[in-house]
Amino acid sequence: MHRLIAGAVAALALSGAASAADLKICVEGAYAPFSETAPDGSVVGFDIDIANALCAEIGQSCEMVKTDWDGIIPALLEKKCDAIVASMSITEDRKQVIDFTKKYYNTPARFVAREGTEMTDTPEGLKGKLVGVQRGTIHQAFMEGEFPDVNLVLYASQDEAYLDLVSGRIDAVIADSIAVDEGFLKTDAGKGYAFFGEPYSIPEYHGEGAGIGVRKEDTELRDQLSSAIDAIRASGEYETIQAKYFDFDIYGD
Amino acid sequence: MQKLLDYGPLLLGGAVTTICLAVLSLLLATLLGGWGARAKLLRPRGDPLNKGLIRLQARVATAYTTLARGIPDLVLMLILYFGGQRALNWVTELAGLDTLEFSKFLAGTLAIGLLYGAYLTETFRGAWLAVAKGQGEAAEALGLRGLRAFRLVLFPQFVRHALPGYGNVWQVLVKSTAVVSVIGLEDLVGLANDVGKSQRDPFLFMLVVIVVYLGITSVSGWGFNRLERYYSRGMR
Amino acid sequence: MRFDLVFEHWDLFARGVVTTLELVALSLAVGFCIALPCGLALARGHRSARLIRAYVYVFRGTPLLVQTYLFYYGLGVTLGQYDWVRDSLFWPFLRDAWWIALLVFSLNSGAYATEIIRGAVITIPRGELEAARALGLSDRQVDFLVLIPSALRRALPQYGNEVVFMLHGSVVAGVITIQDIFGVTQTFRARYYVAYEGFLTAAALYMAITFVIVLIFRQLEKRYLAHLGLSR
Repeated sequence: MHRLIAGAVAALALSGAASAADLKICVEGAYAPFSETAPDGSVVGFDIDIANALCAEIGQSCEMVKTDWDGIIPALLEKKCDAIVASMSITEDRKQVIDFTKKYYNTPARFVAREGTEMTDTPEGLKGKLVGVQRGTIHQAFMEGEFPDVNLVLYASQDEAYLDLVSGRIDAVIADSIAVDEGFLKTDAGKGYAFFGEPYSIPEYHGEGAGIGVRKEDTELRDQLSSAIDAIRASGEYETIQAKYFDFDIYGD
Repeated sequence: MQKLLDYGPLLLGGAVTTICLAVLSLLLATLLGGWGARAKLLRPRGDPLNKGLIRLQARVATAYTTLARGIPDLVLMLILYFGGQRALNWVTELAGLDTLEFSKFLAGTLAIGLLYGAYLTETFRGAWLAVAKGQGEAAEALGLRGLRAFRLVLFPQFVRHALPGYGNVWQVLVKSTAVVSVIGLEDLVGLANDVGKSQRDPFLFMLVVIVVYLGITSVSGWGFNRLERYYSRGMR
Repeated sequence: MRFDLVFEHWDLFARGVVTTLELVALSLAVGFCIALPCGLALARGHRSARLIRAYVYVFRGTPLLVQTYLFYYGLGVTLGQYDWVRDSLFWPFLRDAWWIALLVFSLNSGAYATEIIRGAVITIPRGELEAARALGLSDRQVDFLVLIPSALRRALPQYGNEVVFMLHGSVVAGVITIQDIFGVTQTFRARYYVAYEGFLTAAALYMAITFVIVLIFRQLEKRYLAHLGLSR
């Protein structure tokens, strides 16, 4: 009980004279298996392992800051953290506001719905259907651009979109194929659901893969992190982390 | 049921955060309400500069209560959460310090305190006006002056008039704390929402939240009733 | 500050305003229809008073956000897993976040308004009703010609506050995927990566609507409460 009260009071204060860590990393925590919240409240997943490996590589101590997707770029810009490791795709749109390292993985997007659905991934096949996407993602931009007649339902997190797909509120979801496969289809909740249509990877919408976001003025950090990505790929550490979550290569070519 | 037991300690921690948030917001709202009521009640007097200052305060207080009652709590919270960080960065950069974090808890406390301070301004103003004018003079006739007259005669009567309104504001304020979860604070609602979703049983966890809030509002409702009775004990 | 982005996407915000106004107005209307009979029944100690008291207690004692989550996830996620629910007549309503919000907001507003109407009814001076009876009006006539109109007039100032509270409470709709003012603001933030511009715009919009509501109620009070000498 004392610890609970102490914890709550500590949360109150302007969390101290900046944390002891050199770098604060914004992560999301609702995007399994890349980033999910463990029962004890900590954030775990591929993104977090990669972030820790990169920090070790550049010799900095890091602290993960759980941040809602909606506010993740504003949080970086307001210096609530120094880098975003949240499976964020490198797009022209985002490059207007922040800078990215090179990609650390690249996988295509895909639709998911109830098994045996009659829907097809054409503008006619999805016309008037309710499709869920996480707002502010490449998937929202893609759907608005290529499927204007679809009724888009916008969610704050990917988890919420899955919940409403299972409850039947929406007819389909489009998201990163690996996130859907590992974070939904392979779980109990995803039984009876399957992909449909083609995998999509259109540079105009989907960018060039997921990178690490940094503030535009932090060019040094950006370059350090970019070469650290090369370094952990060369040392085999990347593959070790990847093997914990996937049985195939997600780096892409 | 097992799920509830597993996550019980976590939710209890969330409830503590919620209660801390509510109490601190009420404290801030009370201070702001006290200032606002005083600013609105003071009559301009003294030299021109002093008069001007008192008038200015009254204007600021009026603008504050009008504006604060026009904005939803959640919107103000988000503005403070991001705006507060920008302001804080500006200060720390000027002072040459490291970046400090403007926490969600702080943003929530400030937003709720600011909003309900406006309501308490009106409550306090009304209660002060309800204390009969003659009371101050009567106290003086008894030889009580200044602070002692205030403490022994005026304040208890002021409390009696202010308590019902104060209790109402508290009840609304407690419920207002729920929305802090939307900016990501891990209070009772935020935790129950997260856990409920990950355990695929949001209904069960939200029911627990309902029960806890009913508990808080019922217990405090009972407490305020006792207080009201205590402060009106001379008034049968 | 990038308010140019706000102006460029003004239609987004305009749609948000329409959704908010629609939702709030309908919820208030339905809530009022719940509150009138419930408030009268409470004031008179009708048989159903206990049940109504329980309803009012639960809805006034808990946050609107939690009520909304409970209905949205409870009715949607918990029930939606069953095919018989999905095949039922109600599913198109249960499925839609908009109808869920309307349902919860109406019940919530109904609970607060019940309490307001009860308070107004019990403060009507006895003489007013006795005078009506002395004129030979039947019980029904007393209710509809004297008691209810008089109670509603007395309830006006408090009901005005309730309308403002409902408007401010309606931000919750934006949390369950509805594109109301708050919902479009979140979409705007996620899409264009600017934190305050959208929220400042939302604050200004809510404030403008609040002032219009306050003005309307001030006029109504002037008109309908003049005889009580209560109007400001």
